[in-house]
Amino acid sequence: MTPAIAPAALAPRQDRRAQWLLIGLAVALTLFIVVVPLVYIFWRALSEGFAVFAQNIMAPDTLHAIWLTSVVAVITLPVNLAIGIAAAWLIARFTFPGRKALLTLIELPFSISPIIAGVCYLLLYGRQGLLGPVLAAGDVKILFALPGIILVTLFVTSPFVAREVLPLMQAQGSEQEQAALTLGASGWQIFRRVTLPNIRWALLYGAVLATARAVGEFGAVSVVSGAIRGQTNTLPLQIELLFNDLNIVGAFAAASTLTLIALVVLVLKTVLEGRTR
Amino acid sequence: MSVAAVTGFPAGRQKRVLPGFGLTMGLTLTYVGIIVLLPVIALVLKGAEIGPVRFWEIVTAPRTLAALRLTITAAALATVFNAAYGLLMAWVLVRYRFPGRRLLDAMMDIPFALPTAVAGLALTALFSENGWYGQVLAPAGFPVVYTIWGVAVAMSFTSIPFVVRTVQPILEDLEPGQEEAARTLGATPWQIFTRVIFPAILPAYLIGTTIAFARSLGEFGAVIFIAGNLPMKTEIASLLAVIRLEEYDYNGAAAIALTLVAIALALLVVSNWLQSRLTRRRVPA
Repeated sequence: MTPAIAPAALAPRQDRRAQWLLIGLAVALTLFIVVVPLVYIFWRALSEGFAVFAQNIMAPDTLHAIWLTSVVAVITLPVNLAIGIAAAWLIARFTFPGRKALLTLIELPFSISPIIAGVCYLLLYGRQGLLGPVLAAGDVKILFALPGIILVTLFVTSPFVAREVLPLMQAQGSEQEQAALTLGASGWQIFRRVTLPNIRWALLYGAVLATARAVGEFGAVSVVSGAIRGQTNTLPLQIELLFNDLNIVGAFAAASTLTLIALVVLVLKTVLEGRTR
Repeated sequence: MSVAAVTGFPAGRQKRVLPGFGLTMGLTLTYVGIIVLLPVIALVLKGAEIGPVRFWEIVTAPRTLAALRLTITAAALATVFNAAYGLLMAWVLVRYRFPGRRLLDAMMDIPFALPTAVAGLALTALFSENGWYGQVLAPAGFPVVYTIWGVAVAMSFTSIPFVVRTVQPILEDLEPGQEEAARTLGATPWQIFTRVIFPAILPAYLIGTTIAFARSLGEFGAVIFIAGNLPMKTEIASLLAVIRLEEYDYNGAAAIALTLVAIALALLVVSNWLQSRLTRRRVPA
């Protein structure tokens, strides 16, 4: 909600000077803190020409990192959607003891920093971890391999879909679904014909946020992946590896692809926020 | 919105009319159990295994203390900056109309959208001695990269949106009546701000800064690029936990991680308490 009259229109001259001073300060600070770093990423990635940029992107290890990151995103997305919907349905449509506690548990990953999540996973699945001996006996490899990366990414991204869908389902109430039930619709029919059309934009919004996070996650993945070149290195980890190799332009080339994804996410976010409200 | 719409149904009578209770309950519990709860339990059990004496030894060891001190000090510096910058941005974006306002508003989401490793890389290059910012700052006797200031810069970048985005909606919803009354009574703009507006946005402002502080404490990706990670000097606590893991010192890692989780949960409790105060005050209005 915006005030009906722009306050500046009625303000005396001295106020207006303060106003432009504050706007100028805000713009200048944002320019230095946010805009310049953003522009700098592309500037540096392309600083040695497009041919070098393309060469950096097509380097086998970077290509593999892009592929691995895509695999992680493609596997985690449907899981996040399904669980997000299930959790939102459970909490919005039923009352049961422990409902609040469950909600707290679902949102817990937001309060635990990703790097600590990675440590937790290592303490669980690591060689001396809680399940370490069992896994070693069964010759199951979770850490320093794809399953570990997927699991820890699921931890970090798990609250996103539920957080967008749940408030919407609670606000809409369940009258429509109950009406469908009285008319003899099956559970699946109710979900597909009544619930899903109502929540689709929030669902998409949650999916976008979760996927963006899955693609960009660094801390949690860095602990469990082992960062084996050309094997378990995701794109954000590849940036660190190239940086440590002092291949700065290569690091910025890899970073620019993630930045492009981030900008697309921002545009989608703006569009979807308009639709969900 | 009625209370019934928020909480679902009055308990008892209409409960579980809709299908899917067993299915969604089973799915959610299994998933949350395996993905979220089990790893956290592993941390707590590993921590309990250590015993209080050894736990205290680990946490008060000079290197751990130095890492915790650096993390908390840098996070505090970052939060002081974000508190000032965030309030300025929220104010300018809500109260003034000027060309480019919506773009400026969109810019506030960049630090969240950008992966932290990308932010760390860009900030490190900009602030390094031959970078655009470092060229000016380093000769002026203000080196940023590989110092606590670098850690603070990285932390503040990644937590920029929290203060802005929590204060903005409250500022938008403020009723103009009180301000107009104050103006009619001859209050100066500064008086109106400090006596009328600021008290009204204070709870939200505190929530925003608390979350920003918590996020700064937990920041890893952006920090490790710019910090240089020198033990005892610019090594953050979460990195030390990872280093302990790599040395197969699981007890050391668990103790440090548990300390960080405890701090994060304490901050969460503070912010929830502020939140409950905020909603209690806003409901009757």
